[in-house]
Amino acid sequence: MGGFDFNVIERSIGYLFREGMTFTLTLTGLAALGGIIFGTILAMMRLSSHKWLSLPATGYVNLMRSIPLLLVIFWFYFLVPYIGAWIVGAPTPIQVGAVASSVITFTMFEAAYYSEIMRAGIQSIARGQVWAGYALGLNYWQTMGKVVLPQAFRNMIPILLTQTIILFQDTSLVYVLSITDFLGAASKIAQRDGRLVEMYLFAALVYFIVSFTLSYVVKLLQQKIAIIR
Amino acid sequence: MPMIEIKDVSKWYGTFQVLTDCTTNVEKGEVIVVCGPSGSGKSTLIKTVNALEPFQKGDILVDGIKVNDPKTNLPKLRARVGMVFQHFELFPHLTITQNLTLGQVKVLGRTFEEARTRGMKYLDRVGLISQKDKFPGQLSGGQQQRVAIARALSMDPICMLFDEPTSALDPEMINEVLDVMQGLAKEGMTMMVVTHEMGFANRVANRVIFMDRGSIVEDATKADFFGKPRSERAQQFLAKILHH
Repeated sequence: MGGFDFNVIERSIGYLFREGMTFTLTLTGLAALGGIIFGTILAMMRLSSHKWLSLPATGYVNLMRSIPLLLVIFWFYFLVPYIGAWIVGAPTPIQVGAVASSVITFTMFEAAYYSEIMRAGIQSIARGQVWAGYALGLNYWQTMGKVVLPQAFRNMIPILLTQTIILFQDTSLVYVLSITDFLGAASKIAQRDGRLVEMYLFAALVYFIVSFTLSYVVKLLQQKIAIIR
Repeated sequence: MPMIEIKDVSKWYGTFQVLTDCTTNVEKGEVIVVCGPSGSGKSTLIKTVNALEPFQKGDILVDGIKVNDPKTNLPKLRARVGMVFQHFELFPHLTITQNLTLGQVKVLGRTFEEARTRGMKYLDRVGLISQKDKFPGQLSGGQQQRVAIARALSMDPICMLFDEPTSALDPEMINEVLDVMQGLAKEGMTMMVVTHEMGFANRVANRVIFMDRGSIVEDATKADFFGKPRSERAQQFLAKILHH
């Protein structure tokens, strides 16, 4: 082990976490929040009896789930400025920036996966609950908002969290946009100091610890929810 | 004008006909019991009254308002029709108090305090005021069904629909629910009750409707129905469920 220098970790740890991990967690949080909200809307659209609502939602989800995430990241980064310009009618592409672009991309992409989870959650609620809501005089939105979605969400929390752990790992793909996320930061130090093995080992360890801890939390939650039911 | 008017109602699931030309009335203050073998369309018929089940032919009027008119404000109409389900359908993520106040606040626009006062009045009436802060899952089936009745009553309904309210209950809990329903009937509540409890029908009902294969086979006063049912099918049914 004489050739290795693990001090590089100690020297760079502040930078790795202050810059890198902060961005990784921010991106994960924003994309999870946005993805769950947008995903829930998509799930409600897919379950609608109106074809003009369910078909676009189904198409969107299937499209997103059939394309590699890396490709979507590229696409959005290069396309969003043009689409933005087209929407507001600007003559030149609107500079969105790598960070904003990555947040939008991950939100849109993850929404497809969250929507499948929420769809299963909504379908798991007994028909009678909807009837009971309607029978009280609640309209569709009130029945959804007060009766169905709170229960669907509660039942699906473990799976939503599991998907968020995957999202947490997937955010490392933003390196293709030269964003300094945790892996990006580790990579930069590794190249600068020529300590590739040490840094990549350390990065793997950090991803492992965070993901494993969260998985454990999911397991505890699952047991708790099983009791409530 | 009858409280509930069902005129020539037919319903199909695809090509399968589940209701065939059902016609009957429920007058104000009347209690009618709907019975019949399982799969005869009783539950479907009662759910068409507040438009939980759509139907393709015929008309239903509740207090003179046409249920199947697309222009009818359904939430407003449903808020005036109380409904109790076989599986209670209390909202499991809400406390008993929240279950009782949700509809009052969201639909009738009452303040939470008003709604709570009214809800507690009916919860007390069904004898469960001490359970107000619990969740539905912590109550027995009979208690849940009584809460469900209190929830429907706190909306001040003009009539009540009961869809097999005791079918999912353990035998020892059936009476506590039937007692509440009998009390309601005594006070003059208009009720349409799908049930197999012939004792209840005999004590409380004004009229009994017998259904078989989606049709109303017999629509008779209680005395006529239990005394001398005209249709052979109803005679067989009664013989089977009364002979023990």
